[in-house]
Amino acid sequence: MSQQAGNDIPEDLTEKTGGSDKIPLFVERQTYRRRRLVDAARALPVLGILLWLLPLLWAVPETSTRASTGLIYVFAVWLGLPVIAGVLIHAMNRRAQPPHPEDET
Amino acid sequence: MTNLNALAAISILYVLFLFGVAFFAERASRRGRAKWLRAPIIYTLSLSIYCTAWTFYGAVGSAARNGFEYLTIYLGPSLVLIGWWWVLRKLVRIGRVQRITSIADLISSRYGKSNLLGVGVTLLAVIGTTPYIALQLQSVTLSVEVFHHATPGGVEEQSTAFWVAVGLAVFTVIFGTRNLDANERHHGVVMAIAVEAIVKLAALMAVGIFVVWGISGGVSETLARIDASELGQWEVNGGRWAGLMFLSAAAFLCLPRMFQVMVVENDNDQQLRMAAWAFPLYLMLMSLFIVPIAVVGLDVLPAGSNPDLFVLTVPLEYGQNALALLSFLGGFSSATSMVIVAAIALSTMVSNHIVMPIWLRLNENMVSVSGDVRHVVLLSRRLSIAGVLSLGYLYYSQSGGGAALSVIGLVAFTGVAQVLPAMLGGIFWRGATRIGALAGLTVGFVVWLYTLYLPSFGPGAIIPKSFFENGPFGIGWLHPEALFGISGIDPLLHAVIWSLSLNTVAFFVASLASFPSPLERLQGAQFVNIQQGTGGTRSWSHGAAEAEDLMVMAQRILGATDAQALFLREARRQGSETHLPAPTPEFLQILERELAGSVGAATAHAMVGQIVGGMSVSVEDLMAVADETAQMMEYSATLEAQSQELSRTAAQLRAANDKLTRLSVQKDAFLSQISHELRTPMTSIRAFSEILRDGDGITPEEQSKYASIIHDEAIRLTRLLDDLLDLSVLENGQVSLNLGDGLLCDVLDRAEAAALAYDDKRGLEIIRDASKEQVWLNTDTERLSQVFINLISNARKYCDAPQRVLEIRVTKGETLSVDFIDNGSGVATEAQDVIFEKFARVSDQKAGGAGLGLAISRQIVTRLGGAISYLPGEGGAAFRVVLPLDRALAAQ
Repeated sequence: MSQQAGNDIPEDLTEKTGGSDKIPLFVERQTYRRRRLVDAARALPVLGILLWLLPLLWAVPETSTRASTGLIYVFAVWLGLPVIAGVLIHAMNRRAQPPHPEDET
Repeated sequence: MTNLNALAAISILYVLFLFGVAFFAERASRRGRAKWLRAPIIYTLSLSIYCTAWTFYGAVGSAARNGFEYLTIYLGPSLVLIGWWWVLRKLVRIGRVQRITSIADLISSRYGKSNLLGVGVTLLAVIGTTPYIALQLQSVTLSVEVFHHATPGGVEEQSTAFWVAVGLAVFTVIFGTRNLDANERHHGVVMAIAVEAIVKLAALMAVGIFVVWGISGGVSETLARIDASELGQWEVNGGRWAGLMFLSAAAFLCLPRMFQVMVVENDNDQQLRMAAWAFPLYLMLMSLFIVPIAVVGLDVLPAGSNPDLFVLTVPLEYGQNALALLSFLGGFSSATSMVIVAAIALSTMVSNHIVMPIWLRLNENMVSVSGDVRHVVLLSRRLSIAGVLSLGYLYYSQSGGGAALSVIGLVAFTGVAQVLPAMLGGIFWRGATRIGALAGLTVGFVVWLYTLYLPSFGPGAIIPKSFFENGPFGIGWLHPEALFGISGIDPLLHAVIWSLSLNTVAFFVASLASFPSPLERLQGAQFVNIQQGTGGTRSWSHGAAEAEDLMVMAQRILGATDAQALFLREARRQGSETHLPAPTPEFLQILERELAGSVGAATAHAMVGQIVGGMSVSVEDLMAVADETAQMMEYSATLEAQSQELSRTAAQLRAANDKLTRLSVQKDAFLSQISHELRTPMTSIRAFSEILRDGDGITPEEQSKYASIIHDEAIRLTRLLDDLLDLSVLENGQVSLNLGDGLLCDVLDRAEAAALAYDDKRGLEIIRDASKEQVWLNTDTERLSQVFINLISNARKYCDAPQRVLEIRVTKGETLSVDFIDNGSGVATEAQDVIFEKFARVSDQKAGGAGLGLAISRQIVTRLGGAISYLPGEGGAAFRVVLPLDRALAAQ
């Protein structure tokens, strides 16, 4: 059970010394989650590029896209990406008890 | 219409308000109450200097002219911030740790503190930024012109631009050069910019809201209006859409002013974490109402109106003077904040990379002379600010403020983006070298100049018209807008693709081909591995530096108070009682970094170098690193050897232990065997002697019988003890051999006679070949015959054949073999390897001996240099005694 994140070496051993008996499992899970958050933060701009390059495909004028549709799409993505980024960063901050959790690359 | 005086008054009031904001922020920061000044939201808002007047006014114009392409200018930076984990996080950390003062400083510092690169980037930045400043001046002038119908290009227009430039210069000098240490951050300026960011967002959104709800009548009506307008179809040029997105992202990272607010003014990671999501939202809001304003402007304003000014003219058209004024202030804010930060960034670069090195060279021997040089640095910065703004103004007045300026935004973007390969390569790739960066920048710069910057003045202005017809001197593939004969691409895209790709290729190839200096490699490792810790570059050698000289120099740069505090702190840290710390490499490195925060890495390095003696990376340091590695390797090799030896020794010890255990077991077995052997005869002797003692009616026959039993047993005991003694002597090697010459047949004769002396009734026939026994031996014949006796008696005792025959066969070869073969059933296979052990007896029923005979025989033969073994497969029990022949001489 405690090995479920076994391939992740705990990045900060001081976390382990801090407290109750269920700590090891907790820490590994937390570390695991934090790394997945970083993965998400890394992937987000890629998603953004893909979504914002999508309008290029509309340029094929079979049925021309109306400007309002295009604008709504671009701005919807523009609202969505920062919100997701904000949620990710908030989650990172909440999980980041040790001073520099992002120190691993 | 607001008249010009009122407008001027409002502008001046607004500027005074900004002065006040900056002043209070500075004062709060000096009093140490600057915590709120470092709030992430302030940082986020300060990034808005990306949105200059060019975007404030120009975005609407761009939308009116080119449709939705304007979006890309904001989408690129949004992506950069959303992808903060990739680049910005690292860049910001490098900036903080290395105390980077500008983008030129970053490049110079990364590539071995090369001032040449610093100068190159500075020039590129100045060339790229000057037109941009001119553009801001133009936009302010144009917006003023909207309120007051002055003659375009007339004296008044020029004077507006002039006074705006002067005002900005004053503001920048006051708040931009208050601190020398760029890392002490311009809180006043940043705060003012943050306020301006709010003003311009509010202004643009106010106009947008007025347009959407006030004019069009709601969101759906606005959307319908957009669809019905000439922008009604979603049409984008695919290449430009992707290309501009990339270009704006690149420029966002490389623009000197963006670098200034994003990296230099950055204080902690938390600021970036907020900006990462909040700034894209800011950009989104900034561009949200652009299309509606453009559509309404196109709709309601007379044909031929300048779409760049729709933000002002649309409210004015509807008589909304207050809104127009707010919009004017928004545009004014955009322009001024950009100019201020750009001037600070450029002046830092010019002063640190051009003025200071020249000053240092001119005053080469004066570095350690007492006297504050801070005024030199400050003066050079102030003059640089004035210079940058004058350049901008000159550019504006010379270009006549025409349409040539409006295209300059993207041209400038492309220019500064040339730094991108060197920058990203520098922070992610340790193999990037100074030569590579120089090559890349040069190639990119030249291609940019030739394909975009110079042509942007129009054919014939600088580049002759003929170049655009047939290429330079008729060389078609060098056509400025169709390099390598690839034509038909949009000129901007063409320039972006060729300049950046050739730049990258040159950077990469030259990096691969060149070899970096030690300092470059140290810096490269530091920059690339910034996450793994902040150990400094150990770039100063011991010794030559004089602490006093350093003190004098530091006082001149940092000011007496700060310098003394720094030196005292370091002296205490070193445990010194005096005020001067020893000039250790660590101290020199700290000092250099402090100085770098004021005058840039290259200059600081050069200044310390002048005192220390210019040894940039001490050979000792490098050798120490190499030595350490070698020692580590040696040490680990030693460890490995030792561990191998240990495991060998352990194996030996284990074997020895096994042997000892076996010996102990053997000894126990031997003792119990011995006691048993001694006890059996003892028991009989005691029993019979008791009978004799207590016996009353014992007949004389019985008496003599018992006595003879006692006698026999005593003899047996004696023999056993003799044998034991013999064996012990032999085993301990204490036996002294009595060597002498003798014939083998004599020894055999004697042994035969002795062995058969106690012959029982059954008899033993011995077959010998006397001719082969004529062998002279140099040996202990007594001992040898003892062996033979033992072997013959064994045959007599144990041979179970009815007619017992023993054949003694002598073979002479390399050695002399004497085989004793009887015709009995032999020794069982499983017993063959134990018969030479002590007390090993094949069977109990014929308990003729103690089982020591063969053990003794083996010891004797071994002592004599030979061997005795059992020969299987000879039909009966067969023993072979092998004797060395070097002692055996032929009979004759």
